[in-house]
This record gives sequence, structure tokens and C-alpha cells, in this order.
Amino acid sequence: MDNQSGYKHFIEEVGNISAFTWKFFKAFFNRKQEWKEIIRQCYIIGYQSMPLVGITAFIMGLVLTVQSRPTLEEFGAVSYLPAMVALSVVREIGPVVTALICAGKIGSSIGAELGSMRVTEQIDAMEVSGTNPFRYLVVTRVTACIFMLPVLVVVADGISLYASYLGVNLKGVLTWNLYYHQVFESLSFSDILPAYIKTYFFGLAIGIIGCYKGYNSNKGTEGVGIAANSAVVVSSLVVFIMDLIAVQIADMLGYT
Amino acid sequence: MKEEAVVVTNNLVKSFGNNHVLKGFNMELHKGENLVVLGKSGSGKSVLIKCMVGLLYPDNGSVKVFGQEVADLTVSELDELRTRIGFLFQSSALYDSMTVRENLEFPLKRHLPKLNQKEVDDLVMEALANVGLERAVDLMPSELSGGMRKRIGLARTLILKPEIMLYDEPTTGLDPVTSREISNLILEIQSNYKTSSIIITHDMDCARTVANRVIILIDGERYAMGTFDELMKSDDPQLKPFFAAL
Repeated sequence: MDNQSGYKHFIEEVGNISAFTWKFFKAFFNRKQEWKEIIRQCYIIGYQSMPLVGITAFIMGLVLTVQSRPTLEEFGAVSYLPAMVALSVVREIGPVVTALICAGKIGSSIGAELGSMRVTEQIDAMEVSGTNPFRYLVVTRVTACIFMLPVLVVVADGISLYASYLGVNLKGVLTWNLYYHQVFESLSFSDILPAYIKTYFFGLAIGIIGCYKGYNSNKGTEGVGIAANSAVVVSSLVVFIMDLIAVQIADMLGYT
Repeated sequence: MKEEAVVVTNNLVKSFGNNHVLKGFNMELHKGENLVVLGKSGSGKSVLIKCMVGLLYPDNGSVKVFGQEVADLTVSELDELRTRIGFLFQSSALYDSMTVRENLEFPLKRHLPKLNQKEVDDLVMEALANVGLERAVDLMPSELSGGMRKRIGLARTLILKPEIMLYDEPTTGLDPVTSREISNLILEIQSNYKTSSIIITHDMDCARTVANRVIILIDGERYAMGTFDELMKSDDPQLKPFFAAL
């Protein structure tokens, strides 16, 4: 693919994803919703992702604490360890790492599932049976991603902070009460709110891109692989871009 | 007396880029008949029936189903029309994350939400009995053979008692015995449900068994039309290859 057709393809893809997102919002604000399927998807996307998110968050909190200690020790600032980890986890690492894990787990599974449904004509079968496949398959999955990602981030933050408490106590002694007090002393409303709001957008991006790639999949079984793979790559990239924008907006609004 | 036409295509044109698939195709499906459309692979047979249910839209010409122009229908009108049409896909298109029971319940619960679970169960078992597969009710699609998948696909399509059936290569990939069973099932459906059907196939045994009328599609146009025997006896060199294996 030469440069010119590469740019053309990129612009077309951006346009198509924008149109897909617009179609989602039109259907999202429609009174007719597939509530049963939304709840089922919340269970699959939220509850079934908990173990992976939990383990990753635990390791993240522990490693961050253990790795940061030597540097803080050099400056005699080990007592700031809980506050530093709390700020890092809640403001940035928790939301972004959870979103990236979800992009890998949820994005690929949605891309592969819808892609496989497309190439085996299941989406066409749904359409000819008089059921709107966009509402049944896409709106439910994207909605579940939007609702569940913030929940997963809160759980991941909590587990990460607990792992950090264990990490602090590996080479020192700090009671839970003091740790807890130091963590919440260092956090303010302006740390939590922007970080929490952006997780809804991360959920939207992961859901939309996974569904878009799967729903528009073609080229048979090869297309299913391409859909799953590009759902992960593109949604991970979009998570970083959204994070960058969110940080700038929070900075402009004085949430720093 | 002329039979009532339930599907009419008039000068139907459909292209994909430079590939001109249908170039002014005309046909009528009469009420209660089985119409077989024969043609080579890639000749536009599947495109034709996809235009009838609004999965594809023609570039030119018209497709009327029950007197309604498909391209002019609103989304809700099209959904309404689709409940009167059954479509059996070549791959059967069973929802592979659902059991056979859930596959059959899916259209029922969406279009007849007032039915209680007992009534739904009865209709599911009745549909499975019609295709001789009651024992498969709790299996997953991945546990079914090709022939069983076709039958379950048929049962799911028939559960809403459609007036028109569109079969996209119903016997492709099946062994001769199972193919014959599916062909006989198509005949049973015609007589039990009084459906009007279009059967897209290259299986000449299937065509001979089920067809009341046959249309031969060549180069995107209706090349010939008649009963199976009339076309088989024709001396036309374009038609001979279709019947050569018989």
C-alpha cells in the first residue's frame, strides 16, 4: 500500500468509525433496548474480566511500590510511598492499565465473536428474522463496556492499593490504618473525578472499535483473525490518545 | 385462472463494482409453488434472493414481495415483511453461542412476546418434530452434523410459519442420502405449511424432486423457464450442460 492509499484508507476508516459511533448513539438513546442482553453482556464483560484485572492490578501495585522504594529512600522520603503510589494508581496507571487489559480481552473477544457471526451469516440470519442486529449485538456490547469499565477500574484501584500496602510492609512496618490514612490524605476530588470520567470514554472506545471491526469483518476466517487483532491494536491506541486528551482537558480545567 | 404472484422482480439490476451480476432479471413466484433457480456459481442466484429480503438493494429495477416494493419500505415495515419470509442460509447460520432450543426460541420470544414458556416449549418441540430432530433440543450447533444443522436451520425458519421460503443451496455439502432427505423435507414443507418457495441450487436431483417450475439464470438474465422435464428435453446447447449428469 503506497502512502497516498494508506492515508485514504486511514481517513475512510476514521469516517466509518465516526458514522458507526453516531449510529450507536442514535440507537443508545432509543427507548427500545435489549435490557436482558445488556445485563448478560455486563456479566460477561464485567464479572468475567474481574480475575484478570484483579491479578494484574495486584502485581501492578506491588511492583510499583517495590520499585519506587529505593528512589524515595535516596531522598529520605519513604514515608511518601503510599501517597505516591495512590496518586499514580488512581490518576493514571489504574485506568490506563485496566483499559489496556480490557482492550486485549474484551476488544478481541467482541471482534472475533461478531466477525465470526458475520462470516457465517448469523448476522444476516438475525436481520432476516426481523431482529435488528445492530441493536441486539452492537448496542448491548458497547453499553456493557461503558458501564463495566469504570467498575473494573475501581476494583483494580482498590486491589492495587492493597497490594501496595503489602509491598510497603515487605521492607518496613506500616499499619493498615496509617497506610489508609496516608493514601486518602494524598487524594483529592480533583484526582478521582477526571480519572473516573475518562474510564467511561475508554469503555466506549473499546466497545465501539471491537464491534466495528467484527461487525464489518469480511474475507472469511482470515477476516475474523484480522478483526480480533485490529480491534486490540486500534482500541489500545485510541485509549492512549483519549488519555492524552483527558489529561489536557483536566489540566485546562484546573484538575491538576 | 392466473395464479397470484407473491414475489415479482422486474428488470432487476445489481452490480458489485465492475462485476455486473444481475442484468435485468425478471421472474414471478406464484402462490404455493416451488420455483427452482439454476445457474452456475457466481451467476447471482444468492444475490437475487438477498434482494427479496432487503439484505441487498438493487441498483435498478424492482422487487415486489406481497405487492410491496422492498426498497421503499421503512425499517419497521421491512421487519414486518421479513416475519412473513423464511430464509434458509447455505451455512444454516445457527447462532453458535446458543443451544438448539435457544436458537428456536429466539424468533418466537421476539415476535410473539405474549407466549408463556409452556407455549414456547410446545412450539419448539413441534418445529423439531417436523424436521425429525426432537432429540437434538439441548445440543449446541457445534455438536450437530451438516444435515442436522440444515434441519435445525429449517425448523428455526419455519417456527414463525412463513408464507414464503427462500432456500439458498439447501443441499450443498451434504451426502446424497441427506440431500434427498432435505429435498423431501422441502416438499413436505410446501404441502404442510402451504408455502411458496424459491430454491437456489446446483443439485439437479434436488431440483428434479422439488421443482414445480425451473428458471435458468445465465449471464445475469433469465435464459429459460419451464418445468424440469421441459428444460431437460431441450436441445438448447446452453441448457444441455445443466442436465448432462442426469
